[in-house]
Amino acid sequence: MDYFFLTISLVKIVALLAVVLGMMNYTVYAERRISALIQDRLGPNRVGPAGLFQPIADAAKFLLKEDFTPGHVNKFYYWLAPCLAMIPAITTLAVVPFGSTLFGVPMVIADINVGVLFVFAIASLGVYGIVIAGWSSNSKYPFLGGVRSTSQMISYELSLGLAVIPVFLLIGQLRLSEVVRYQIEHGWMIAPFVGDWANPHKWLLAIPMMISFVVFTIAIFAETNRLPFDLPEAETELVGGYHTEYGSMKFGLFFLGEYVAMITGSAIIVTLFLGGWHFPSIPDGSHGWGWGLVNIFIFFSKVAVLLFVFIWVRWTLPRFRYDQLMRLGWVFFFEIALANIFLAAIILAYFPQ
Amino acid sequence: MSALLFWIFALIMLGFGAAVVINRNPIASALSLVMCFMGLSSLFMSLDAFFIGIIQVLVYAGAVMVLFLFIIMLLDLRVETRRKTNVVAVGGGAVVALAFFIQIFFVIGQLSAAKQPFPPLSSPKVDDVHSVGLLLFSNYNLPFQIIGVLVLVATIGVIVLSKRELR
Repeated sequence: MDYFFLTISLVKIVALLAVVLGMMNYTVYAERRISALIQDRLGPNRVGPAGLFQPIADAAKFLLKEDFTPGHVNKFYYWLAPCLAMIPAITTLAVVPFGSTLFGVPMVIADINVGVLFVFAIASLGVYGIVIAGWSSNSKYPFLGGVRSTSQMISYELSLGLAVIPVFLLIGQLRLSEVVRYQIEHGWMIAPFVGDWANPHKWLLAIPMMISFVVFTIAIFAETNRLPFDLPEAETELVGGYHTEYGSMKFGLFFLGEYVAMITGSAIIVTLFLGGWHFPSIPDGSHGWGWGLVNIFIFFSKVAVLLFVFIWVRWTLPRFRYDQLMRLGWVFFFEIALANIFLAAIILAYFPQ
Repeated sequence: MSALLFWIFALIMLGFGAAVVINRNPIASALSLVMCFMGLSSLFMSLDAFFIGIIQVLVYAGAVMVLFLFIIMLLDLRVETRRKTNVVAVGGGAVVALAFFIQIFFVIGQLSAAKQPFPPLSSPKVDDVHSVGLLLFSNYNLPFQIIGVLVLVATIGVIVLSKRELR
């Protein structure tokens, strides 16, 4: 076995985990501050300068609270569910290229040839955490939340899968690093003005890519149970939904798992449609390790911008009704994504470059 | 290293496969089956067959088993856990399984491929997505299209059947 490869992979895993978990904590902080801004309040501003140490205080609070297990729950599955909610979200990051190269080492943990299928496969396992939480709590509201979440996630997985097909029709590869490489050579998927902007073929192709991007982003909102699709935990209808019976750090894992899923989803969107770690006129890591770090920084900046959009949408739009949600998924997004595949195929077949 | 991984994943798969049968709680059985599929998928992946391995997770663990779990939860099968073990049925099942195992054992032992180790592949890193796709759309295009039509007919049939009562 190649020990160099093992060590490097381990270092990358630890570093990426540290960055993503740190980012997760500050996304919670950002959510609270931005929601306060939108609602004309102040938000948490007491702990540290401008409230910047608030995540540390929150973590301490979660860890020090009494770890209470209600008497009527199915204990083993009750404990298993929070772990199952967190792990798939983190695992997905393994195939996302989060930088170019650093000292000649590619900045992706596992560059497998079925990259995007791996993302869907692991993301589809995320539903188990919520379903088991709902079932093992052995009470009405969590159960309803779990049932809602199952049907919601299965419905939107279809649109999610269909929405990316145009991208892979164009590239002919499922490997995510190939998607980024294509976008460096031909410009970002949804931004035809990057790169050789005078090419009319690119502007034509940008139409199906735009549709893909919109459908995919909305489906990610539904997959991560964010507002306007947070039916599994709708407070006004289901108390707390699937995590009603959870407290302390077990609730914390559900809560933070949602934010990790948001970060992962944003990372996938950035990789597929927004050029990954590429930014015009900034060289890649082969020009020195400084540029390699800059590439990583660009990637996470793009993720941060998308996270801001996630938060912005949550505090702007009202929640859908459940039948509206299902109708939207099955009648609109499914058909749009399907028609979009035909559109992309026709453009690729009859309007060659 | 890969031999060690093979044993770990094979044990996971067999252990959870047995748990599917042994568990009295239907939910535990369904979740054990999910773990069994994960072990199978890992075995495929340790053979560099990423595509088959991922499809195994995506279709069976991610979609089919979620629906199973959904239905088990809605049916609320508490009776199953309280029922006593039927010794005759377990004994009969064990005899049939043992007979089947012995049969398989001897049939495989007769094969010439079982006597010596398989020769290593000429190029271990094949792009399996491309080769599967190429084969599917060139050699097996007609069966593939027919299966597509069959699935479409089945989908429409299910919708017609489930909507009939509403009318």
